[in-house]
Amino acid sequence: MTSTLGGPAAPLLRRIVLQGKYEAVTMLRNGEQLILAVVLPLLALVGLTVTPLLDGMGDSRVNVAVPGILALCAMSTAFTGQGISTGFDRRYGVLRFLSTTPLGRTGLIAGKILAVLAVLALQVLVVSAVAFSLGWRPDASGWVPGLSLLVLGAAAFTALGLLVAGTVRPEATLAITNLLWILLGALGGIVIPAERLPRLAQDVVHLLPSGALGQGLRDAFLLGAVNGDAVLVLLLWLVLAGAAAIRWFKWN
Amino acid sequence: MVSDVSLVAGRGEVTALLGANGAGKTTTIECAQGLQKRSGGSISLLGQDPGSAGADLRSRVGVMLQEGGLPPSARPLPLLRHIAGMYRNPKPMDELVERLGIDTFSRTSVRRLSGGQKQRLALAAALIGNPEVLFLDEPSAGLDPQSRQLVFGLISELRDSGMGIILTTHLMDDAQRLADYVYIIDAGRNVAEGTVAQLLQHQTPEMTHKGHVRTLHFEALPGLDFTGVLPAEVEIRETRAGSYSATGALTPDDLAALTAWWAQHGVMPGSMSMEARSLEDVFLDISGRDVR
Repeated sequence: MTSTLGGPAAPLLRRIVLQGKYEAVTMLRNGEQLILAVVLPLLALVGLTVTPLLDGMGDSRVNVAVPGILALCAMSTAFTGQGISTGFDRRYGVLRFLSTTPLGRTGLIAGKILAVLAVLALQVLVVSAVAFSLGWRPDASGWVPGLSLLVLGAAAFTALGLLVAGTVRPEATLAITNLLWILLGALGGIVIPAERLPRLAQDVVHLLPSGALGQGLRDAFLLGAVNGDAVLVLLLWLVLAGAAAIRWFKWN
Repeated sequence: MVSDVSLVAGRGEVTALLGANGAGKTTTIECAQGLQKRSGGSISLLGQDPGSAGADLRSRVGVMLQEGGLPPSARPLPLLRHIAGMYRNPKPMDELVERLGIDTFSRTSVRRLSGGQKQRLALAAALIGNPEVLFLDEPSAGLDPQSRQLVFGLISELRDSGMGIILTTHLMDDAQRLADYVYIIDAGRNVAEGTVAQLLQHQTPEMTHKGHVRTLHFEALPGLDFTGVLPAEVEIRETRAGSYSATGALTPDDLAALTAWWAQHGVMPGSMSMEARSLEDVFLDISGRDVR
């Protein structure tokens, strides 16, 4: 095995894209993650259109339901799925090993964000296709603010997922992120709009990343409007969770 | 905590950090790999500080972690291909896969691999970028004898090709077989260093009067009395009936005296052998025999 030793790293962008692709494929191959990312949101979508839960909130059940389902997708992938896989990668030393390759820590995080966005794009396609067949008619001017807000929400949830994964044991990450997915999904203003919750809870829910994302997406796709408060709340969560993750994330 | 370790590792050499578990070996090399932040001291890796190094330094350094660091759900070939993609000129994969026998388990997920297979895959992952410097943390952990032969052979070859190899081990045998230069680490300090040959002659203050210690084992009639045959510093005892051992700074004169005594008394040993100190003895002399 004689050859000249050493050599340059592949270009930064190529390393990040490779890592993003690798993580996205790993996520999609994982049965549990696929259930969380696609199957459960679709079940919730169908459930909300056949039951009267959302009646009186808009012109049709499906129009009110879909934005919340998209928010749920972002939470599945960015927070729960991403958090769990990062937690276990940390346990098995995968994060440490990859950070010694040319990918490095920054490339690793960038790759994870890219993977979240890729899987989220796929979720949006699948959910939208099913939603259209159920009669979804979103406000056309809602797509740009809606998708932008979805990306911002995914970023905030990724930061939160990394914060959990980097500070507690992977078993605890598994429990925390799954539990919060259910709690925030049901009661955090994601699929059930905050107006349907008790008065006292409403103020709290608007300040949660789940409530802000759910409400912001409903305002976008139902009214074609930009919800400035939601943007602000999500930005705040992104900055706080991001800073906390940078400060407290343990690589081993 | 590592407080006082100073070492140099060169190209085309295998440098071993030898020490008990918890001595500070892993901490030391993880600082050198840039995986741990150090609170003081300085490290130069290929002329750069690994703590703030960029991708092009990492590209020239291969790392095999103690815990492997491979994702459990991954399959060997896609994983290696993925890591190879991080380098502009990776090593040809087929060659490495065949050499390390990875082709025999290429369809098995990492979680189902044996300890030895995992180690070989982790070594391949560390080598795929064709590094100038290779760090191996406990490379022989979990290796069966065949894998060990294979891995040790490859390490020697890589050394000969000019790679600088730094490994940690708590096994004397690894150091004795692989290392050109050994640093003995104990309680966060390096307490001795040298080539294996130099270390074997290492003398602790208590033994300076003894010279180079050897042990002569021989078997003869039980109950022989060797009083006065050998100098007082040489300890001779019957370890069990008919088995004797003489330990100390034996000289050719001592051997002549002993064999003369045998001739005089008509003793013909059934077997005899001479043993120099092992690296293990040196290690235990230096770092103490207490279990911790």
